[in-house]
Amino acid sequence: MEALYGIPIIGLLIQFVVYFVTELPGFSSVIVAAAIPIALGSLCGFMNERSGVVNIGIEGMMLTAAFVAWWAASIAGQLVPDVDFGLLGITLPLLIGLGAAIVAAMLVSAVHAWLSISVRADQIISGTIINIFAAAITGYLNLLISQHSPPSAGTFDKWRVPHFMTDLPVIGWLFKAFLGVGPIGLITLVSVIVLQVLLYRSRWGLRTRAVGEHPKAAETVGIDVIRLRYRNVILGGVFAGLAGAYLTIEFGNSFQGDMTAGRGFIALAALIFGRWTPVGSFGAALLFTTSIGLQRSIQFATPDPPLGDVLANLPFQFYSALPYLITIIVLAGVVGRSVAPAADGQPYERESRAA
Amino acid sequence: MTERAAPPSTTSGWLARARALMLLPAISIVLALVIGAIVIFLSSPLINGWDPLLPLKAYQALAVGAFGSVNALVNTFVNATPLILAGLAVGIGFKGGLFNIGGQGQFLVGALAATTAAIGLNGAPGMVAIPLSLLAGMAGGLAWGFVPGFLKAFTGAHEVVTTIMLNFVAIQLVSFVIGGPLRGTGPEVTFDRTDAITNQLPVLIGRNGHIGLILAFLAVPLAWWLLYRSTTGFEIRTVGANPDAARYAGMHPRWLTTLTLSLCGLLAGLAGATQILGEVGYMPASYGTTVGFDAIAVALLGRAHPVGILFAALLFGAMHAGAGLMQAQAEVPVQLVGVLQAVILFFLAAELVVRRLLRVRTAGTGVGSELETISRSYGEQASR
Amino acid sequence: MRGITKRYPGVLANDAIDLEVREGEIHALLGENGAGKSTLMNILYGLAVPDAGEILIDGQPVEIASPHDAIQRGISMVHQHFMLVPVLSVADNILLGEEPMAGPIFVDRGASHRRIRELGDRFGWQIDPDKAVGSLSVGWQQRVEILKALYRNARLLVLDEPTAVLTPQETKEIFGVLRKLRAEGYAIIFISHKLYEVLEVADRITVIRRGKVVGSRLPGETNEEDLAELMVGREVELTVDRGESHPAEPMLTVANLSVKDDRGNEVVHDVSFDVRAGEIFGIAGVAGNGQDELVEAIVGLRHSAAGRVTLGGRDITHASPRQLHRLGVGFVPGDRHRFGMVLSFPLTDNLVLNDYYHAPYARGLRRDDEAIESYAIEAIEKFDIRTPSADVTAGTLSGGNQQKVVVAREFEGDLKLLVLDQPTRGLDVGSIEFIHRQAIAKRDTGIATLLVSAELDEVLEMSDRIGVMYGGRIVAVLDGRTADKEEVGLLMATGGRGSGHQPQTLEAAS
Repeated sequence: MEALYGIPIIGLLIQFVVYFVTELPGFSSVIVAAAIPIALGSLCGFMNERSGVVNIGIEGMMLTAAFVAWWAASIAGQLVPDVDFGLLGITLPLLIGLGAAIVAAMLVSAVHAWLSISVRADQIISGTIINIFAAAITGYLNLLISQHSPPSAGTFDKWRVPHFMTDLPVIGWLFKAFLGVGPIGLITLVSVIVLQVLLYRSRWGLRTRAVGEHPKAAETVGIDVIRLRYRNVILGGVFAGLAGAYLTIEFGNSFQGDMTAGRGFIALAALIFGRWTPVGSFGAALLFTTSIGLQRSIQFATPDPPLGDVLANLPFQFYSALPYLITIIVLAGVVGRSVAPAADGQPYERESRAA
Repeated sequence: MTERAAPPSTTSGWLARARALMLLPAISIVLALVIGAIVIFLSSPLINGWDPLLPLKAYQALAVGAFGSVNALVNTFVNATPLILAGLAVGIGFKGGLFNIGGQGQFLVGALAATTAAIGLNGAPGMVAIPLSLLAGMAGGLAWGFVPGFLKAFTGAHEVVTTIMLNFVAIQLVSFVIGGPLRGTGPEVTFDRTDAITNQLPVLIGRNGHIGLILAFLAVPLAWWLLYRSTTGFEIRTVGANPDAARYAGMHPRWLTTLTLSLCGLLAGLAGATQILGEVGYMPASYGTTVGFDAIAVALLGRAHPVGILFAALLFGAMHAGAGLMQAQAEVPVQLVGVLQAVILFFLAAELVVRRLLRVRTAGTGVGSELETISRSYGEQASR
Repeated sequence: MRGITKRYPGVLANDAIDLEVREGEIHALLGENGAGKSTLMNILYGLAVPDAGEILIDGQPVEIASPHDAIQRGISMVHQHFMLVPVLSVADNILLGEEPMAGPIFVDRGASHRRIRELGDRFGWQIDPDKAVGSLSVGWQQRVEILKALYRNARLLVLDEPTAVLTPQETKEIFGVLRKLRAEGYAIIFISHKLYEVLEVADRITVIRRGKVVGSRLPGETNEEDLAELMVGREVELTVDRGESHPAEPMLTVANLSVKDDRGNEVVHDVSFDVRAGEIFGIAGVAGNGQDELVEAIVGLRHSAAGRVTLGGRDITHASPRQLHRLGVGFVPGDRHRFGMVLSFPLTDNLVLNDYYHAPYARGLRRDDEAIESYAIEAIEKFDIRTPSADVTAGTLSGGNQQKVVVAREFEGDLKLLVLDQPTRGLDVGSIEFIHRQAIAKRDTGIATLLVSAELDEVLEMSDRIGVMYGGRIVAVLDGRTADKEEVGLLMATGGRGSGHQPQTLEAAS
């Protein structure tokens, strides 16, 4: 099975090793929390690239969504009653923020779809435009709005995993780390599994794979390539929207310019490393974010010398650069064996001009 | 699909062609200004209440800041300098079939290397220190371009992802070096930055018209000659258009890919060096810049042609030069320039649609066809 | 189909074409490359929109705007370039678009597998539905294509050049399948430019030239000469006059050469042969039996794993393309768009693609555009390349003229060896004749020529000696003037003399 490539297993294995070395359960929670936006970004890329559309605009889509989620929730907090649903800290303003973020990211995705599919512009250029535009417009509006200092609408709460699960021997901490997340985090976990199954078992998955590999063949059996690509790219926006919202109304509760800090690009690398599968890219995302947890854990509990001395004396910039370095190494070392969907990046022209 | 390898023989043909080439960029710029005006108007309540005249005020301030005086004009050229060099760094990459999104990192590492050399040479005579610092900057940028070029050529790691990753690594590298070994001790150092550099680029004109300007203007004909008049340029363009044919023709696509991105890095590194040595005079640990992404806009607007890049860089240089005054006088944030850039690119990318809407009939010399190799082979194995 | 007209920029691809096909009939559509056959069929299948004309089924006018409409009306098409997704399984490819569902979301695999096995049994094909299509041989991929059509309950089956990639034996088998389908009442359109095939299998023949129907014949009342004249519009010599050859000493010697493909599998095993000065050595074989890798290893585009290649006694096993070019090796690549030229460059640049770096075209790093231009004008004249100027991009030329650009470049200079890989694929008769005559002229000046072609007829007509390639080995070397087509075909299909049985199971064939 294409999905079982061991990458998620490697990701989990590293969690195990690190957990037993550091004996800090909070450490894994940090890694999972950092991996969620990256995994969501990968899912967005997955929806695009499996149907043959390259998306390097994930970063911009996430940034737009992060901005919209934060300000929409904030404004909604002043306009609508603060209804609390009593579950995972879900309130009406936060839901409005989440919804607005998803809609915004879907709109940006629709622009990308239009440029890539209908206009047949270069898909990497389309993604670059989205990144430049998102950085500029969110920076512009944030500067103006923050002068009026509107209040924060707060964040979603994490799920308090029941004791009977966390107290299980050996694997209890796993439940705590992976399930002890907010609603967007839980949606992520479910989406990863559901999309993996749909890709290989459902009609949608079969057709999507066919369109990403050989659109002409798909067209000749009556599949509407253009429509399927539009649908997948725009639905992919949902995940970019969730990723952005996660950053400003679940993981953190503020917005700063360029706060996505390359997560969209790391998501792209995770997608490639995970061989264009949802479970694979989630595992890759865990791998990438391990370095973030590493830095924290070394700060709080330095391992024994001599390893501890070396790790503690490395400049913090090294740890900050680590996910990017890992991405480069992974791309250089692994991508040779990772094959993209054959039609990825190629615009599809419906009426063949070959006589 | 037109390759501008040979200039058309007759003058009138040349003019007609230039007009055809410039028409769509011009339309895109006008449309972007219109959309920018709408953005300003819609956001005016956040500034000082609804104000239909705010766009005009903003654009007026922008124009005065860019062209209103000798100093403003010089400032436009100074702002264009890094954009010309970094724009060429992206444009030459396009010609070689590479999308260099790493201008940012190459710029930063070039700036860092030049700063390191210049601080080390503080006290040495300018005739020695300045050329050596510039060379150091070029070498730093070259190294930051060589790595993704080499990885692309020999492992297949796509340059779009690796150059972006190296941008982030460069930020951390600058933070580490400037915050640590190079942190200044002088009285003016109140946050993480170096001491002032004593051997700065000589100012030739106006308040800040430094010598880097001339370097940038020299780089344009050099790049043009390299691309269209030299055998190496022919090889770079062949690899960009069809790497298999290049291999068949006895060229070495892998080394050419490495060379092309190294050259791109060198140019972007020089941009960083001139910026620090000529404009800033020291290097802060968190040197914020958007030059790498601006350069992509410049290269696309200039259609990857050196002369086009020169004009596009001057346009964006003017916007940057005027943005400060715009924010000061009209309270419109400087980020508007980025919005304008993105919208210009959007209309360029949507060329076919713009053409149809405005019934423009010119030769298909579009961005898309210039760059048809970019998103192909994404994530694939390196060719043998 | 009535009055079908289709215009492309600069070309009238179909000009008021009428075509009628009956149930239980094999109707052959005959025409040259570029005559408009594929355009007509793309219109029938909803892949292209006609500018004028209508399509009637059972006398009722219908609108076919997409392949989906065509499938709904019982039309299925087997494309010349198979429309199969290599990474998907046989079953997934067949049921794609018409998936049997278990519930609203998931595909019912059990049902689809049963159905596919049943269909295969009708022709005695044992199909493994879970096998990836990319791992099948060309012949089996074609069977999957046919099953795909039948799975969709087609009544009209269109086969676009189905025999182009098959051996004579596989062709016979496909004809058997077509006859069986005809007997079951299917209507079949069979597209080809091979005259004898059309005569053998068709009930009626319609000939198309330059987008127009130029004649209709019954196979009983016509012959190859008549059809050829209709197809080309003038009298054609069906075979090239290859004349006498005067082979001398061996020029190219390939000894125990082994080559690996991109995935690291050895696909050329221990191949040895030589090509003598003044002869054409042809390599026949079904596509994908190692010919591509063999040629790439000889011309320096691929490293060989073992063995030796010498040119006039000089070791060229590890020579680069540039060294080989200097030594006098001309190479016309099989995929001219991939290797032979840069479509976005002007003809001038393409004509000096491998000579751009030395005098008179360059001095040091500086290109001499005037020297390049004057050389280009000379070459365009000499090789009769039809182009408005030397500065237009290669992509704007027709396939025949593009190939002439490659030939003009590669046939120049002080040649010792010419390697011609599929030199006439996809070209019109005029260009084919031109290239064949040039190759024979070069042979007569004492140049050694290695010809590789999937068109068995071309190999038989041109070669002085023929090596048959099967499974990465040269299984036989025959005299080109006496070789029997059936015999070569059998060698191509099975690799050994005498073993007359056709592989019938998937395992045996792939």
